[in-house]
Amino acid sequence: MTDRRNIDANRVVDHCRMMWRIRAFEENALRGLDEKIVLGAIHPTIGQEAIATGICANLNRDDVLLSTHRGHGHTLAKGANPEAMMRELFGKEGGNCGGKGGSMHIADFGVGMLGANGVVSANIVIAAGAGHAIKLKGEKKVVCCIFGDGAINRGPFLEGLNWAVVFNLPVLFVCEDNGFAATTRTKTMTGGDGPSARARSFGLQAKEIDGNDVMAVDETAREMIDAIRNGGGPRFLHAHTYRLTGHTGSDPATYRPKEEVEEKWKDDPIVRASALVDGQKDAIEKAKAEAYAEMSRAFDVAKAASFPSADLAFTDVQDAGDPRQGAY
Amino acid sequence: MAIMTYADAAKAGLAEEMRRDPHVWAVGEDLGRGGVFGQYGGMLAEFGPERISDAPISEACIMGAAVGAAMMGTRPVVEMRFSDFALCAIDELVNQAAKARYMFGGQARVPLVVREPIGMWRSSAAQHSQSLESWYTHIPGLVVVCPSSPADNKGLLKTAIRSDDPVVYMEHKGLWPVEGEVPEGDHLVPFGKANVLREGRDVTIVSWSAQVHLCMKAAEQLAKDGIEAEVIDLRTLWPWDKDRVLASVEKTGRLIVAQEAVSVSGFGAEIAATVSETLHGALKAPVKRLGAPRIPVSYAPPLEDKARVTADQIAAAATALVGR
Ligand SMILES: Cc1ncc(C[n+]2csc(CCOP(=O)(O)OP(=O)(O)O)c2C)c(N)n1
Ligand SMILES: [Mg+2]
Repeated sequence: MTDRRNIDANRVVDHCRMMWRIRAFEENALRGLDEKIVLGAIHPTIGQEAIATGICANLNRDDVLLSTHRGHGHTLAKGANPEAMMRELFGKEGGNCGGKGGSMHIADFGVGMLGANGVVSANIVIAAGAGHAIKLKGEKKVVCCIFGDGAINRGPFLEGLNWAVVFNLPVLFVCEDNGFAATTRTKTMTGGDGPSARARSFGLQAKEIDGNDVMAVDETAREMIDAIRNGGGPRFLHAHTYRLTGHTGSDPATYRPKEEVEEKWKDDPIVRASALVDGQKDAIEKAKAEAYAEMSRAFDVAKAASFPSADLAFTDVQDAGDPRQGAY
Repeated sequence: MAIMTYADAAKAGLAEEMRRDPHVWAVGEDLGRGGVFGQYGGMLAEFGPERISDAPISEACIMGAAVGAAMMGTRPVVEMRFSDFALCAIDELVNQAAKARYMFGGQARVPLVVREPIGMWRSSAAQHSQSLESWYTHIPGLVVVCPSSPADNKGLLKTAIRSDDPVVYMEHKGLWPVEGEVPEGDHLVPFGKANVLREGRDVTIVSWSAQVHLCMKAAEQLAKDGIEAEVIDLRTLWPWDKDRVLASVEKTGRLIVAQEAVSVSGFGAEIAATVSETLHGALKAPVKRLGAPRIPVSYAPPLEDKARVTADQIAAAATALVGR
């Protein structure tokens, strides 16, 4: 629990601003889904905003982030432009990936966001490799790899953590533990003592924290990222949270009682952060209003944008060979 | 020109590229002691353990880490030991390496080379003998290379390392000790340019990798009977030199595709279909595919041999096509 006495009020307000931006982005994305202009599946991050916010506040622009299918919050917090993201969700020209990726492949290399991933756990080994490149080049950058509690049951989790330890790589692994893997309670399908215990068994320093306490995430991430940047090798952050929406934007989540979700709304990370500071109510309200205005503008611009020209289907496949060969 | 083995030629090519570009590095199990076929022998001493890097037995992570390291501006050469083991890293290659550039809208490049030794030698059975090159030709984003000679193994490996595409680089285990002349210095063989090993007017024989040598043997037998075969070594399966193959079949009117891989859905089917679609009117005989039956490779020699396409079979097929 964050101690209210020696808290940096401005930092809390900044975090509230980022969390509201993520929340507002997700609500607009869900509106897009309702209006059928979000074309594919989206995985909202409502309720989990504190993790992306607290961690990315400690990453530099040229640090690297690898994310998952539930990646909008991470991408925004790393500094991506929400209008380009919204365009991508709508499959429009000017999307981060030119409309070729959509929500599950959202990426913005310009801010070090090397991609969401449609394959659970796959980002863990890629993150290890990104760390490996940083080490080979003698750079001071840090890689942050965020994945869900479901990802720890796939082989790449084991292989990637071991790799990062063996090569002493600058990687922060973050398990965003929302208790669910799609419609399944993750614990019922996970042996042993869970994410941190597994990480420790590989020799990683691991910490388990309340991931809805943004200042706790901020502080732990800062400590770990500093240690990593100074050559201390990989670290593991296990953050508990709760997914307040369904698994996807269209999942009614009937596999869990309504009362459970109502109870969890009381633990809303934005409300909790706002309660940490006195006298900042207006500043936070203003940040909230600006966030909703920003995201609704992004929605409108993306909605009005055109689809990409169909010929672009043939670009950026690869340098060698003709992608049209044999077709039609 | 120096006389070198297929293994040493690749080593020379890799070493040259590593000297030229500090971002090239190699990673795989047991590389420090030279690799399981000696194809990295002695390199640790020159380049050190960071650039000739041992790896845990973690094929998915070797490949996945190479994807991340390639996206971050290095040029990893990944060793998979056997193409069979690379199947443990299929997601990393097919869903990640091959797709990253496209699905991120051109933001990523994944300049990795994955070396996947293929093919039968003797009594290595079903999990150490496969030729899986056609799988990768099906995947947009990948380049597929199958060198047949020491010179090509140097020149194609150098081109692969300089390529910004992910390259599946398939060396044949039976070719490691084969010797040949290898140009010194910057010898680069481009992708998609076939090598016509022998010109002939009667029948075109298209092949790649070790099978090329059996085709040449067959062509010599055929020449004794007055049949002149044109033998084309494709060198790379994606991109493949369609123009060169079509030009040859236009001349000969007859096509045989010979491959060590299982014939069903093998790359020979792609060549046969392309030639049939394009040159139907010019064909003097139906196209002929030769490849392995749809059986796993065995251990005992008489059984294992049932999976081989021999020079005699190639010659017999050509004789039948020519109608003698
Ligand atoms: C390899 C793989 N298997 C299955 C899926 C389908 N899938 C998508 S998200 C998901 C649940 C993932 O749970 P978790 O890792 O905890 O992330 P969360 O959705 O809770 O953020 C599943 C099973 C997938 N994308 N990739
Ligand atoms: Mg989960």
